[in-house]
Amino acid sequence: MSIPTLYERLGGEAAVDAAVEIFYRKVLSDDRVNEFFDGVDMEAQISKQKGFLTMVFGGPNEYTGKDMRDGHKHLVARGLNDSHVDCIIELLGATLTELGAAETDIEEVAKIANSVRDDVLNR
Amino acid sequence: MALLKFKEQVMEMTSGRSVLETLLEHGQDIPNGCRAGACQSCMMQVTRGSVPERAQRGLKETHKLKGLFLACSCHPDEDIDICLPDSEQFKVPATVHRLIERSGDVVELQLKMEQEFEYHAGQFVTLWRDAHLSRSYSLTTMPKSDNILSFHIRRIEGGAFSSWVHNELQPGEQLLVQGPAGDCFYVPGNASQNLLLVGTGTGLAPLIGIIQDALHNGHSGEIHLVHGALHHSGLYYHSELKNLAATQANVHYHPCVLKQTEDLPDEIKLASVNDVVTDIVAKPEGWKAYLCGDPDLVAKLRKQIFLAGCDMKNIYSDPFLPSQN
Repeated sequence: MSIPTLYERLGGEAAVDAAVEIFYRKVLSDDRVNEFFDGVDMEAQISKQKGFLTMVFGGPNEYTGKDMRDGHKHLVARGLNDSHVDCIIELLGATLTELGAAETDIEEVAKIANSVRDDVLNR
Repeated sequence: MALLKFKEQVMEMTSGRSVLETLLEHGQDIPNGCRAGACQSCMMQVTRGSVPERAQRGLKETHKLKGLFLACSCHPDEDIDICLPDSEQFKVPATVHRLIERSGDVVELQLKMEQEFEYHAGQFVTLWRDAHLSRSYSLTTMPKSDNILSFHIRRIEGGAFSSWVHNELQPGEQLLVQGPAGDCFYVPGNASQNLLLVGTGTGLAPLIGIIQDALHNGHSGEIHLVHGALHHSGLYYHSELKNLAATQANVHYHPCVLKQTEDLPDEIKLASVNDVVTDIVAKPEGWKAYLCGDPDLVAKLRKQIFLAGCDMKNIYSDPFLPSQN
């Protein structure tokens, strides 16, 4: 038997479904980042967040660096910077802790999220 | 850019402009209403080429197959020929049965359908006075054998359709009904779930139908209805809803207003619907919520209820979009 991947260890699609609303609730409640989500369509945002979580959980995704850049360009213009990315990674970790994920897996998720930092910030 | 052909006129689409906007800019007379993909007044038909999936969102499968689409939501990738569809394909005649004056400038319009009309309580239809003037209204009834549909129509200052209904329309006259549409309705299968229904103004209309439907399906969970208005007179269904709550053990009615008046009875709270909702349930985990009425308020309530713990999939909403023509 092969060693389960990060995505499998976290619980795959079901884990993404469980995590997305908890994560989005944390994001909308956090004054450090919620201004970037003002006025966005919540349902559309949830499906975007699902894509994001699938990627950082190591699951199948079609994200490209260009998508990340284009999708955040307008936010960088509004002041999106490293501190906001740090906050999102922190909230991601808190979400996974709440769902009972292992500390080492959470670190791995943070590593994947960090790998797109420069694209997100259009650097 | 894609080319658009309508009535022998060829028009070039420009970036960001919908088919409806392009046609109106070229002086074409196309019926339309909300311009946001909801009311379906701007339904057109494609006769050559194809339209993106998004332009057919919310339409019946049979209509999609016929090439019907919404001009306001259509940004074609290819050249298309389009026409105004034969209205008999999607509009059916109805006769005014009764008009009942309510308080707060609301009239209850009852229409008798000539044939059986399939819908879910809580959905909306578009009513047509003639080929040019239409407005969308929520159904306040649930399907019954008498084939009568009922709507709550508030008089809008300068509103062409509501003024016509309030000032001119008489029993026995005919109008046309298109639809139904919308996904804010009761789905059987979880009878013990608690329900939270919140409406301001005539946002109450679909909620009345949804409650009837829930009770008809033997719903046993608690059903909390919050009706908010600016003034006391805006609670135009107050006595009926009080009676309903008195006779149904699991139905709870929470009327509230924003403005104090001398005649305000104790049973009506001076509070915003947001505060009343928080008082009813601080953590709506596992609840189902129906939110109808003013778009800004519906958006705020959605966020409030989601953050308080309600799952997004359990939040149904019907923001009443203002007409754009």
